Amino acid sequence: MFTTIRDLIRFSPSFRFGSLILLLVAVMIVLSFFSPYEGGKLRRKVKRNQPPSATFVFGTTSQGEDVFWSTTFAVRNTLTISIIAVTIGRGIGVMLGMLSGYFGGIFDRVAQSTVESFIVIPRLPLVILIASILRGSMTMYSLGILIGLFDWAHPSKRYRSQVLSLRERDFTHTAVFSGMSTIRIVIREHLPFIIPYMLADVISGFLFSIGFEVTLSYLGLADLDSPTVGTMIYWATYYQSVFAGRAWVIIVPIVTVVLMVLGFYLMSVGLGEYLDPRKRLVRLSADAGEEAQDDDPRKEKDDVWAP
Amino acid sequence: MNLLRTYILPRILQWALVIFVGISLTFLIPRLSPYNPVDEMIGRMTAFASIDPHAVVSMREAATALFGLEGTLLEQYGRFWARLATGDLGVSFGNFPRQVSDIIAAGLPWSVGLLTTTIIISWTSGVFLGALAGYFHDRRWSQFLERFVVVIYPVPYLITALVLFIIFGAWLQLFPIMGGSRGEPALTWKFISTVLYFGFLPALSIVIGAIAFRFIMAKALTTTEIANDYVQYAELAAVPKRKIILFYVARNTMLPQVTDLALAFGAIFEGALITEILFAYPGLGFVLYNAIFQADYNVIMGIALLSIVGVATAMLIIDLLYPVLDPRVRLR
Repeated sequence: MFTTIRDLIRFSPSFRFGSLILLLVAVMIVLSFFSPYEGGKLRRKVKRNQPPSATFVFGTTSQGEDVFWSTTFAVRNTLTISIIAVTIGRGIGVMLGMLSGYFGGIFDRVAQSTVESFIVIPRLPLVILIASILRGSMTMYSLGILIGLFDWAHPSKRYRSQVLSLRERDFTHTAVFSGMSTIRIVIREHLPFIIPYMLADVISGFLFSIGFEVTLSYLGLADLDSPTVGTMIYWATYYQSVFAGRAWVIIVPIVTVVLMVLGFYLMSVGLGEYLDPRKRLVRLSADAGEEAQDDDPRKEKDDVWAP
Repeated sequence: MNLLRTYILPRILQWALVIFVGISLTFLIPRLSPYNPVDEMIGRMTAFASIDPHAVVSMREAATALFGLEGTLLEQYGRFWARLATGDLGVSFGNFPRQVSDIIAAGLPWSVGLLTTTIIISWTSGVFLGALAGYFHDRRWSQFLERFVVVIYPVPYLITALVLFIIFGAWLQLFPIMGGSRGEPALTWKFISTVLYFGFLPALSIVIGAIAFRFIMAKALTTTEIANDYVQYAELAAVPKRKIILFYVARNTMLPQVTDLALAFGAIFEGALITEILFAYPGLGFVLYNAIFQADYNVIMGIALLSIVGVATAMLIIDLLYPVLDPRVRLR
């Protein structure tokens, strides 16, 4: 695992940049625990509408919040929401997709019809509808759950097709004929393929839920009192920061979102290149000269990436 | 005959089932809302005038009957399908007594115009650029283009729209930030030019993200495709590069791209929600957004119905066209 990450950082520029940005995000999260404002209570603590200066690095908002420290909390809260959403969405998606792929038959038919019906329903309007029903009682956590409950249909289709293609591979037949039990085949033979795929998929889940959080908060449908990147943008537009010449209030959260999604995406690009066996071959043959000594076959064995 | 039974019929059944389940869900969910459209309407009417309490009671009954909200949920559901069978979408609760079909008809041209243009522009240019960049993947320009796209692609669509809004609408004030047109609708250049002028930023906000997505997909598909032997053979046989890219490689990667194109057209009836809200563009998305906050069930149902049927039908058409488009599907 560590050698994989080291290789990725060494050879993949996108993975390197991505992890650098995410490191910055992690620093912001850590800083939020050491902020001068206890428990994320930032409002009416500092002078309002101050431009960036030495005391207030990113300026202050119209509600008397320090933008820099708000951002640290916002990054933490947005990621918390995304983690909840991804856990729920991918949890349902992976379970349903894999069960549907392995069981087949009637279960698969029913599951697929449900998934298809779910896909044709316009998702964003439906989430806005439910969020507007729950308006007022919405918390950060329920927002995460809501986003998660609407992000399992497409992933489950993808996992199903993964399983279906794995089932047709020669090594599966070999395992079946040599008397391996189904559970052992799933765990020993198929999971090594599915887990890396899942990692890349989880990252795309983060992209989706960060985007959805920002969108719902921008529409005023989230818990507007807890700072997230989305609610920062909401309040910035609410107090007309664009037209009143307080650009820093809206630019900071926008740049934060862009950096967050970019960090995740670049990491997944690097990971995807690593996972694609064809690209790995190209890279290996290119690096063959200097990497020849490192090429220890024993290392590859417990490497989950190289099934 | 065999094809009909094993391939076409199950797909048509699936199509009907998907539409039925989708519509039933959209029927049910708004009715779980604590907002009552009858109360909302009476609240609006009594806000500025005092009305006799008895009159309010009878008004409430009349409105409940008119909106089709009396009886249990199951009775409402039965009446809903009966009404739908005659093609009646009912009246709007929020803009009483306008017909839902009128409201949708007013928003439809805006959304269809905006989205048809943006889908065609982004799909064709994304597929074309992606295929070129995938074929010439080691050239400097294609690597530069890819880096550029990789930065744009993950940015949420709302953020792109917001940045355009702030830079070109608010600061530089090059483009209007509200509405769809100026002046009386007419088939004159004067009116049409205002439509283009007002539609430019909304369209750009959609096109940027869509091109990036299409480019990445086209490039990935092309890179996989050119590893095939036939491409090398064509190159060795000195087939013109233009021909290899457009007629061999691009054609072989068309299947998923055409699927997405069809789905995008099917989803037109949803409108471009975020763009339309941000730029106050008078399309279906904006109508839907307002309907949600007025608990206007009939308008929500009307738009959801169109959009569900649109997407499901696009999926059906694509499924039925697969064997025609791709001979490899026919063999299976």
